[in-house]
Amino acid sequence: MRCPEDGKLIQGYVDGELDLLSTLQLEAHLRECATCVQAYKNHQMLRSVMRGEGFYFNAPKDLANRIRLSLRGADEADKVGHQMPAPVREVRGPMRWRISWTFATIAASLALIALITWRLGPVASRHSQDDLMTQEVLASHVRSLMADHLTDVSSSDQHTVKPWFNGKLDFSPPVQDLSKEGFPLVGGRLDYLGNRPVAALVYQRRKHFINLFVWPASTGPGQQMVMRQGYNLLHWTQSGMAYWAVSDLNSAELQEFARLVQGRSAALP
Amino acid sequence: MGEPDKLGCFEQAVLPHLDSAYNLARWLIRNDHDAEDLVQEACLRALRSFEGFRGGDSRAWLLAIVRNSCYTWLQQNRLHELTTVFDEEIHTAQEHSRSPEALLLESADARLVKDALEEIPLEFREAIVLRELEGMSYKEIADVAGVPVGTVMSRLARARERLQRQLTNSAKRES
Repeated sequence: MRCPEDGKLIQGYVDGELDLLSTLQLEAHLRECATCVQAYKNHQMLRSVMRGEGFYFNAPKDLANRIRLSLRGADEADKVGHQMPAPVREVRGPMRWRISWTFATIAASLALIALITWRLGPVASRHSQDDLMTQEVLASHVRSLMADHLTDVSSSDQHTVKPWFNGKLDFSPPVQDLSKEGFPLVGGRLDYLGNRPVAALVYQRRKHFINLFVWPASTGPGQQMVMRQGYNLLHWTQSGMAYWAVSDLNSAELQEFARLVQGRSAALP
Repeated sequence: MGEPDKLGCFEQAVLPHLDSAYNLARWLIRNDHDAEDLVQEACLRALRSFEGFRGGDSRAWLLAIVRNSCYTWLQQNRLHELTTVFDEEIHTAQEHSRSPEALLLESADARLVKDALEEIPLEFREAIVLRELEGMSYKEIADVAGVPVGTVMSRLARARERLQRQLTNSAKRES
């Protein structure tokens, strides 16, 4: 026999929400309806399991203290008139999902900086890139003299130096003997500039060393002369190669050297 | 000068219910750390609206704030959990509560019950937790959840039915 009771009374009975009359009626009904007795027992069984161990999550011991602290902070902040209390929060584990006001401020500043950089970037970056490369080239030159590592291959013979780069670079640098013009070849070395391996060719003028850095570059400015920290740097692009000549040699002689390199490179097949 | 006692009064009214607050948040969020953070956040919110609290049931008042914090968090982080219950309420509306082949649950493994409770839709879980673990009346649950008492009753009924069905199924699987 199907019971006409739809379960609501049983539930109300189990939860102690029935008035006296309904309670009496249901109790009478339970005496003759096995289905409802079963439903009642199921409710009771579930309840007893849920009131057992492992169901109630008590607050961790330190939570009350954390909250007391953050309440103090918020209360103080309110008294001084700030609208947003700064919650005292331990940073545990990975970044929490909420963004504190400090972070919001930092984020806003960063966004502003990003915006400015974006607007002025094209103007500034061209300059700073050149500047960066100048610094890098100069540093490399100084290091080569300082660390007593001027050359990997020491030879005044261009036919020794040029093949030495084979298999070490993905290009073949133009190597010339300029000894007749007063710039004898000292040797060559592998270096690393602008995030790529480059050829460093070392020439000499009296006691001055010249580092000539060469690597492939499709475009570039015309010849540029810069002076940094007492060194002269000469930069040009020619035949798909970028050249940087660095030395403590005077600028006139360095330009003469550059002209020789340019003339000779252009004459090369 | 502000009321020097406001914070003291607030702590007296709220901190005794910290376990209840955490228990609710933990069941709704199902994650220790986030539950802790949410309870803390809810307490700060409660402090700010403490002046609007007219006395009476401070537990239900606090739990309502905790609940709202949790729902906001779920909305931002686990939106899918909020959308399930409406389907649930519509789909089970016609199929009247008791299935004829309902088994008598002689006993149930606590772990299975716990798993089942974690699985059921959020609003159902909330009703069960407030009823069975907090021992709240329908009226108190209605206050916390911000729904009419009738809705609390039907949610409780569906929640229990879902729990029993899941337990029956796992009992069948085992035998």
